[in-house]
Amino acid sequence: MEIPAIVGGGLVVIGAGIGIGRIGGSAMDAIARQPEATGKIQTAMLIAAALIEGIGFAALFAV
Amino acid sequence: MRRKISLKPITLLLLLITFISYGKEQEVHGEPKTDRKTEIKEYIQHHLKDSYDFGLYSYTSDEGEDKHVGFPLPVILWDNGLKVFSSSKFHHGESVAEVGGDFYKVHHSKIYKVDGADGKILEDDHHHATNERPLDFSITKNVSLIFLVFGIMFFMFSRMAKSYKTNNGMPKGTGRLLEPIVLYVRDDIARPNIGEKHYKKYMSYLLTVFFFVWIVNLFGLTPIGMNVTNNIAITLCLALMTYLITTFSGNKNYWKHIFWMPGVPWPMKIILAPIELLGTIIKPFALMIRLYANITAGHVVLMSIVGMIFLFQNWLGSGLSFLLAFVLAILELLVAALQAYIFTVLSALYFGMAVEEHDHEEGH
Repeated sequence: MEIPAIVGGGLVVIGAGIGIGRIGGSAMDAIARQPEATGKIQTAMLIAAALIEGIGFAALFAV
Repeated sequence: MRRKISLKPITLLLLLITFISYGKEQEVHGEPKTDRKTEIKEYIQHHLKDSYDFGLYSYTSDEGEDKHVGFPLPVILWDNGLKVFSSSKFHHGESVAEVGGDFYKVHHSKIYKVDGADGKILEDDHHHATNERPLDFSITKNVSLIFLVFGIMFFMFSRMAKSYKTNNGMPKGTGRLLEPIVLYVRDDIARPNIGEKHYKKYMSYLLTVFFFVWIVNLFGLTPIGMNVTNNIAITLCLALMTYLITTFSGNKNYWKHIFWMPGVPWPMKIILAPIELLGTIIKPFALMIRLYANITAGHVVLMSIVGMIFLFQNWLGSGLSFLLAFVLAILELLVAALQAYIFTVLSALYFGMAVEEHDHEEGH
């Protein structure tokens, strides 16, 4: 049986979603612990999230 | 106080206009309902492509003929000499343009040379056109928007510079609006990522790229429906500039870390060198794909959901789709700024890697 490529795309999106969710959650924890470092944490969070997003998009375009 | 309040209805009105004109464009081509799905698909695909004329919207009149509202743009071709003519000669891709004895036809948003006035496009087995293509330097819809953004940015920043001169160093008007953003790029993007010593050299590029990507993305969300950053050639050029600046400003340490990584045993050095070298190309490549894919995906999703309003054709479904489209449009506003930010931050990060100086070497 052949698995359609879109299933792979879906799996990648799930993976990327978990990844970004984890980054967001960790950033929340960090901000709760150190509210004065919010700016720095947000920057790092956005960069990491963007990197994961890029992988997700690359995989989606391969579908 | 009054000025603050009066802004709100204007913003709301603008948003509504956006939706109305999106809707209008979808609604038109009033063919039978069963065809709606393919129609919307075609419309989205058309929206993602560049075009030779500046179409604002099109509709089918009561007599059943297609009407296009917009204006033509110049077509510039190099085909045994320079050929310049107005894109109105193509009649929105429906007819063959004759220029100086040669015939040209638009096929899938590209110009092909055809033999005669009948405009026959020859295709191979894979349905790719095999006709000859002239070198194309046309001012297309995308290029015209780039010129427009160039004009806007030039106007904005020259106004800003002038306001500093005339007002004893206190910004006024546009300057006051832009100063926090410029300072943000300097203090939160350039300084921490590039370092206090070198950041000044890269500020001009970072600011240009930030404002260019941002304004262009915002224009993509307006009803005129131009989306420059979902053209991969443009993001390629932006990423290429980042690559070139990184490569040419790389110092001794940067190249040493690529070809002969310090602090690791020598067999690892041989394995790491090609990986690091490949990494220098993958980084700008990811930059290109990220911007392009984000904007394209955003547009496709947004337009699909706007299209769903016309597929459902009942109060519940269409109402929900409208709400979803509204929320997504606001999210797209965020994405427009976020992508500009990410592009700038990552560019700054790469420049920072290139100029980094290791005072205490071998420590890691």
